[in-house]
Amino acid sequence: MRYFLPIWILITAVAVGVLGFRGSILRKPPLEFFNDMDRQMKLRPQAPHEFFRDNRASRLAVAGTVARSEPRHNVSAGAVVYSYEDHPVNTGRVTGTTNWVELNPTVIDAQSMARGRQRFEINCTPCHGPLGDGNGVTKKLGMAVVATLHDPRIVKMTDGELFHVISNGRNLMGPYAAQLDVEDRWAVISYLRALQLSRLGSLEDVPAQFRATLNK
Amino acid sequence: MSDIFPKWTNKLPTRVIAGALIAGSTVLAGITYYATPKYTRVGYQPVQPVAFSHAIHVDQVGLDCRYCHNGVEKSWYSNVPAASTCMNCHNQILANDPKLALVRESHNTGKPIPWVQIHKTPDYVYFNHSVHVNRGVSCFSCHGEINKMDEVRHAQPLSMGFCLDCHRNPEKQIRPPEQVFNLNWRTNEAAQLQLGEKFVHDWKVNSSQNCSACHR
Repeated sequence: MRYFLPIWILITAVAVGVLGFRGSILRKPPLEFFNDMDRQMKLRPQAPHEFFRDNRASRLAVAGTVARSEPRHNVSAGAVVYSYEDHPVNTGRVTGTTNWVELNPTVIDAQSMARGRQRFEINCTPCHGPLGDGNGVTKKLGMAVVATLHDPRIVKMTDGELFHVISNGRNLMGPYAAQLDVEDRWAVISYLRALQLSRLGSLEDVPAQFRATLNK
Repeated sequence: MSDIFPKWTNKLPTRVIAGALIAGSTVLAGITYYATPKYTRVGYQPVQPVAFSHAIHVDQVGLDCRYCHNGVEKSWYSNVPAASTCMNCHNQILANDPKLALVRESHNTGKPIPWVQIHKTPDYVYFNHSVHVNRGVSCFSCHGEINKMDEVRHAQPLSMGFCLDCHRNPEKQIRPPEQVFNLNWRTNEAAQLQLGEKFVHDWKVNSSQNCSACHR
């Protein structure tokens, strides 16, 4: 006992010293024993895998292919439009031409406006600001040129051209096609139009019974 | 005739038993304390190839989680963003910073950034992000204060017991849908229970405890 106890206490102290306590920072991945079920021979999204030449387990779509899947939601007049069709909803252009479509070809209602507002606040606000006036947080951080969306140049743009800009980017703005579904892009455009109207409206646009309630 | 066993051997059995008891109980205590995801996973904080800080991007700049993890509401996994998402801002902000060299390279060549995955459920667990965030379970519930982390750390054990705690009492975690991505939202316990019970009832939340809910 005279030798055993001190030695055992020493061993315990060394073990605790090496292992640390719960919640301490570990730089090495967690140990997994008998992990043949935990880590199966299947591919997880965005994980690397050496089978493919580019080491991606998630395969990219083959160039030139389009998803067929489901028709677009929310198209005006209940039209059934698939993603590969030459239709204003997909391209922002009048079918068969290169002209921008003048008006948003999707249904505009309270639901799509709310969705548009939410998506605007997630994706557009960082640069264009919550009011769309180009005073987003990135301006303070060194973003030199951010367009105000109340610029007459942008107010006069057709909905189709706005769709094109959101999808493919313009000047220094990057494309948002990957972040925003086609339906969401049109919803953002609806909300943007409402934002623009809020700056362009005059007192005559307000119904007579509400005019007195406005702070001038 | 001298004794076969010297006198000290009289105490030997007691000593062996006492020693075994001490050794056994320390080993048992060690296993209880260490051989659990509360130790093995919590605190895992690998060094990432790019020093991305959630604290800067979310807490200071105020980006929504979904600006980058844009698939989380409709996909079972929460995607790591493409380099192009980073470059939406970093084409101008810190455009030549050496810390972002890998991001620029990835953007230009398409070579993925080798991020180290931190939260890894076993392959036989089919956890679905979208169904959780769309029903009021915040990122905070599983990822902790990730919006305040300079380097991402495994904050919760994500063990089966951890999942079941919430699946047995979902009202303790479910929040208003508009606060799911607001990681600073807090409420007191009584208000949480009241809200949670209302949401569980109104949305018919069926947090299944069947094995097959997660193990398929």
